Amino acid sequence: MSAILLMLLGLGGMAAGYFFYSRYIAERIFRFDPDFITPAHEFEDGIDYVPTNKFVLWGHHFTSVAGAAPIVGPAIAVIWGWLPAFLWVVLGTIFFAGVHDSGAIWASVRNRALSVGSLTGYVVGKRARSIFMIVIFLVLLMVNAVFGVVIARLLINNPGSVVPIWGAIAVALVIGQMIYRFKFNLPLVSLLGVIALYWLIYIGPAVPVALPESVAGLPANAAWILILFAYAAIASLLPVWVLLQPRDYINGLQLFVGLILLYGAVLIGSPKIVAPMINHQVPEGAPPLIPLLFVTIACGAISGFHGLVASGTTSKQLNRETDARFVGYFGATGEGLLALAAIIAATAGFASLADWQAVYSGFGNGGVQAFVDGGAVILSDGIGINAAVAGTMLTVMAALFAGTTMDTGLRLQRYIFQEFGEIYGIRWLGRPLPATLMAVGCCVLLAFGAGGPDGSGGLLIWPLFGTTNQLLAGLTLLIVTVMLVRLKRPIWVTLLPLVFLLLMTLAALLIQLNSFYQKQDWFLLGLDIVVLVAAILVTLECVSALRKSERESATEDV
Amino acid sequence: MEPPEKPTLPRNLKLVFQRIGRQLELYYQGPYRRAIGRSVRDEEDFFMLLVFGESLGIPNPASFYTLELQPLMLERFHEWHKRMGMERSPLDDFPCC
Repeated sequence: MSAILLMLLGLGGMAAGYFFYSRYIAERIFRFDPDFITPAHEFEDGIDYVPTNKFVLWGHHFTSVAGAAPIVGPAIAVIWGWLPAFLWVVLGTIFFAGVHDSGAIWASVRNRALSVGSLTGYVVGKRARSIFMIVIFLVLLMVNAVFGVVIARLLINNPGSVVPIWGAIAVALVIGQMIYRFKFNLPLVSLLGVIALYWLIYIGPAVPVALPESVAGLPANAAWILILFAYAAIASLLPVWVLLQPRDYINGLQLFVGLILLYGAVLIGSPKIVAPMINHQVPEGAPPLIPLLFVTIACGAISGFHGLVASGTTSKQLNRETDARFVGYFGATGEGLLALAAIIAATAGFASLADWQAVYSGFGNGGVQAFVDGGAVILSDGIGINAAVAGTMLTVMAALFAGTTMDTGLRLQRYIFQEFGEIYGIRWLGRPLPATLMAVGCCVLLAFGAGGPDGSGGLLIWPLFGTTNQLLAGLTLLIVTVMLVRLKRPIWVTLLPLVFLLLMTLAALLIQLNSFYQKQDWFLLGLDIVVLVAAILVTLECVSALRKSERESATEDV
Repeated sequence: MEPPEKPTLPRNLKLVFQRIGRQLELYYQGPYRRAIGRSVRDEEDFFMLLVFGESLGIPNPASFYTLELQPLMLERFHEWHKRMGMERSPLDDFPCC
């Protein structure tokens, strides 16, 4: 099958979702009101609450939610064949992610722009808020550990990308200084930054860097993970304008460049998809498609992380309530596009089925490396970029996304530890440095426990990350559903995705529980049990909250 | 009054670039406005502590100079004690409201 056809089908589906389904939910379900005074106007303060142009806000939302996860997930999930991953990404974006994101913005805007955490307390109840804190802690823990493992593997598999990946940090530092200290013109700085980054990518393959087999008794993979966490710890302690802000900015530009190049190359080169539609020869040890597909691809189909962005920053800057459709729904669609590109790269960028099968020889084996290798072939065939440079470009893109998420994730986790310190009166934990060290310690432990010091464990932990992410999405959908019940509006648009997500998450956790037990992987088994308990708590909370709000709205009628 | 400039191509382009620049700046600042705004406020609070340190009983060798700054801080001081949940000025010798 031609990749162009798949691309057009995907794009067409998502476009139809935006033009028809999102219009329906915006007008009939959420009933966005153009005259509603949004928090951005009501509390305008020039800092948190600033009415912002909807295109700019869409840019924020899209680039904050799209990162490494919508690349890694689909690139792992194509092991079951391209069709299941494709259907889940396209239908998930249309019926799950778009509704979730625009719903989260709506819920927040209608409640003084509260964050999802506060909203769970305010709309659902205090107990739900405690569960939310547990889930968010788990998500952050997993995202940092997983991305540490992902970047370490990328650095080892692509020695040519080491210089540009670390060089990008220097570029970001310089950009930050140029903007804040020297007040340079931003378009000019952006142009210089992009040129510097692509120059580094261009020379990267000529100056490969590889760590020796063993560094101080540790395998290279373990050494990279430690270096990455040391970097992330320092980065998360720096003021945001020094590194995180310019890094995020470059990533945003990279995302647009990467997407345009990839889709352009598919159009020009018209590669053939070599992977099977449905893989009947799934490697031994791979878990069943249902339910694991729905947690392997979290970001790209639906992801709880979006709710944090939607309610944290987006809702405070929404100019008009009707903009929530474009910003939220279309923002989620943007992420779906990235996931679709990842599917195409990981299924069409191989010479033959045998090559593809060699890469996907075990669950979690293909992943982001398959995206990089496949994407590089598509780019070099389509628009004639040197294959080594194209591979480096995609590696850098994925590693930068993952790295920035690590910075942010570690920072957020530090805040949680600091809060623990304050709540329980542990003074030393209230300070940034010890709290950061605690956060790093947990993440490193998880990264080693899950992947093994030599990285042999692969990305077994990835679906677990997906489950926690889905639980977070479930909580956001619950908030929106409860609000809809109280307003006596149809709830199926959010209730059906919620039920589906919870069922798949619970089933996936049980299946994985069994598989970790069979493998006698006690570490992951323990982790699975923790997530399972959280999942059961979320489910119980959903049932009780919905029954309570149903009863309340019924008594109002009497 | 000067006649408005003729809309020529270079001028139009310049306007377009200026607009792109402004939107790009919004895009750059947006997500971090809050964190940066807060740290600026923390820094200013620290400066206020230096200026009003003497009134709180913290010996300040530079009080001769900081005293001069007090009137300039009037508005910010008022905003600060409001933010800290104090309806009236907490300093007897500095009744800002």
